[in-house]
Amino acid sequence: MNNKGVDKSKRQFLTSALTVVGAVGSGYLAIPFLAQMQPSVKAMAAGAPVEVDISKIETGQLIRVAWRGKPVWILNRTPEVLATLKTLDSELRDPLSNESDQPPSSKNPGRSIKPEIFVAVGLCTHLGCSPTFRPEIAPNDLGEQWKGGFFCPCHGSWFDLAGRVYRGVPAPSNLEIPPYRYITDTRIIVGEASEEKKA
Amino acid sequence: MKPTRLNACGDWVLDRFPVTKFWNEHMAHYYAPKNFNFWYFFGSLALLVLVNQIITGILLTMNYKPDAKLAFDSIEYIMRDVPWGWLVRYMHSTGASAFFIVIYLHMFRGIMYGSFKHPRELIWIFGMLLFVALMAEAFMGYLLPWGQMSYWGAQVIISLFSAIPVIGDDLSLWIRGDYVIADATLNRFFAFHVIAVPLVLVMLVFMHIVALHEVGSNNPDGIEIKESKDPWGHPVDGIPFHPYYTVKDIVGVAVFLLFFATVIFYMPEMGGYFLEHANFIPADPMKTPEHIAPVWYFTPFYSVLRAIPDKFAGVIAMGGSIVVLFLLPWLDRCPVKSIRYRGGIFKKALFLFVVSFIALGYLGTQPVTPVATILARLFTTIYFGFFLLMPIYTRWEKTKPVPKSLTKDHSLEEQLHAIEEQFPALIEEITALKPVATEIGHPAFKSSFFNRRPNPVGIKNVATRLAKKLIESLD
Repeated sequence: MNNKGVDKSKRQFLTSALTVVGAVGSGYLAIPFLAQMQPSVKAMAAGAPVEVDISKIETGQLIRVAWRGKPVWILNRTPEVLATLKTLDSELRDPLSNESDQPPSSKNPGRSIKPEIFVAVGLCTHLGCSPTFRPEIAPNDLGEQWKGGFFCPCHGSWFDLAGRVYRGVPAPSNLEIPPYRYITDTRIIVGEASEEKKA
Repeated sequence: MKPTRLNACGDWVLDRFPVTKFWNEHMAHYYAPKNFNFWYFFGSLALLVLVNQIITGILLTMNYKPDAKLAFDSIEYIMRDVPWGWLVRYMHSTGASAFFIVIYLHMFRGIMYGSFKHPRELIWIFGMLLFVALMAEAFMGYLLPWGQMSYWGAQVIISLFSAIPVIGDDLSLWIRGDYVIADATLNRFFAFHVIAVPLVLVMLVFMHIVALHEVGSNNPDGIEIKESKDPWGHPVDGIPFHPYYTVKDIVGVAVFLLFFATVIFYMPEMGGYFLEHANFIPADPMKTPEHIAPVWYFTPFYSVLRAIPDKFAGVIAMGGSIVVLFLLPWLDRCPVKSIRYRGGIFKKALFLFVVSFIALGYLGTQPVTPVATILARLFTTIYFGFFLLMPIYTRWEKTKPVPKSLTKDHSLEEQLHAIEEQFPALIEEITALKPVATEIGHPAFKSSFFNRRPNPVGIKNVATRLAKKLIESLD
């Protein structure tokens, strides 16, 4: 023991060293704790493709199927609807779907592989509510401007019947189109990309 | 008195655990301003509601199942089959709304009397953190019944995080623990709701109170009671918290319980505001209810979100409407605390703010229409205007002089004496000498008083002076 008093620099060094080692250790421990909250293997595996028979969908009818726990719409569009879709471009935010989420096979104005059959994830791109299917033209509650489409009741976003978003509403982009392909003319599989167009 | 065995036992504990010291520091010898009014009930009421939520919450977890397949049915089981389950559940659900009513009034009190100002900034910050933790607690609790509103409300709120650039999608995925709201989400929200957030809440309440007792309470006059002390070192304008305010708070508790019980027993759903109608339908991930709205206590902030026609900007505005409250101690530049001595411009601004907050809250419960959107934008502007323009308008405020102390220096006798002294001068002013002094009658009538007649000019002057004083006191 010497009597020169306390060597403060040594103390300071030990304090700093312990702080650094402790911080690194806590950082490493935080990784499993935080990662533990990510989707489990089971949740990730649950996204299996879904096969749908579309022969029974009548013209103008919409059916809902569950894929990865999300609602997927399959709509059989009428010729009038397809004609209306071509006239809307000026009112839409992204008519050509350049900023939106869809497989390449659906990146066309009607946003589908076959023009009549429209497949989309039925969740608003704003905050994830499921918009309502409103095919009628100019209903009382939506007003004169309404040409048929999907209306999100949560925050009032408008989409046309190709899932394209109108200007001046909260949703930033068009509805998401899931990957899907035709097995036969009357059966589609949602969750698997169309191969012919991909190449 | 001979020390009994019980006394000895008590002393044994006190020698080892400072119960008396703690009691004296925070209750019996804690001096609070003597001029608290009813606005000061809401702090202790918030504590009462917190205890109610914890006790009823513990009872609910005994029968609730945090599982997407079982949750909805387990709530109905509690409501129908568990003895007194309906009461415990309604106490918990009504308690959630009561918590926000009490907290909003408590916060308004703070804004009105300047309780957030120097030296109480940190109390306000802890209080705001409590408010945010309370909102998280309420939001996560609302998912647990697994009804339609639970499901889609959570879907919307978690999607808010996905609006954050770059990390947004991964962040919302991490919060949900699945690609959609699912069993994993329900299970973790249960964990947060019953243990993680309550621990944070209790810790923050502790810090809030420790900070309060360090600097002392504010009061409706915004006077620092510690600045004038009596010869024993106690604040002249203070009284011990116990028994004065403990007893007073019991009156507040009684009145509160009257309202609380009325809601629990006669209107537990409060017309769809406390328990929303759509939440009596089990969660259906395929279909959003026609009209979704958050529970009433979130609607002002939700209205701000809906008012902005852009996803990211909307989320920023909603977050900003809460963040701006944290900054209040630094936005308000007026040195005067209480609204009683502040200028008219602050009173008007505060009135507009309250109106816009209530209006935003109402609009948030209503469906989106073009008119509602315009109104929501107007009130959002006022809401932010109140805070962001505050550094400007509070500087121009014409404040009134703040008294140094609540207790007047003069005793009652001295005051009466002063009035007595002023009296002859006042008589002199409102009367005038009669032109001819009367010589007739009893000698007593010869006194100067009966030789005078009322003087209209003097009366007018006095009346004007009084009216001016009255107007000053009102402004």
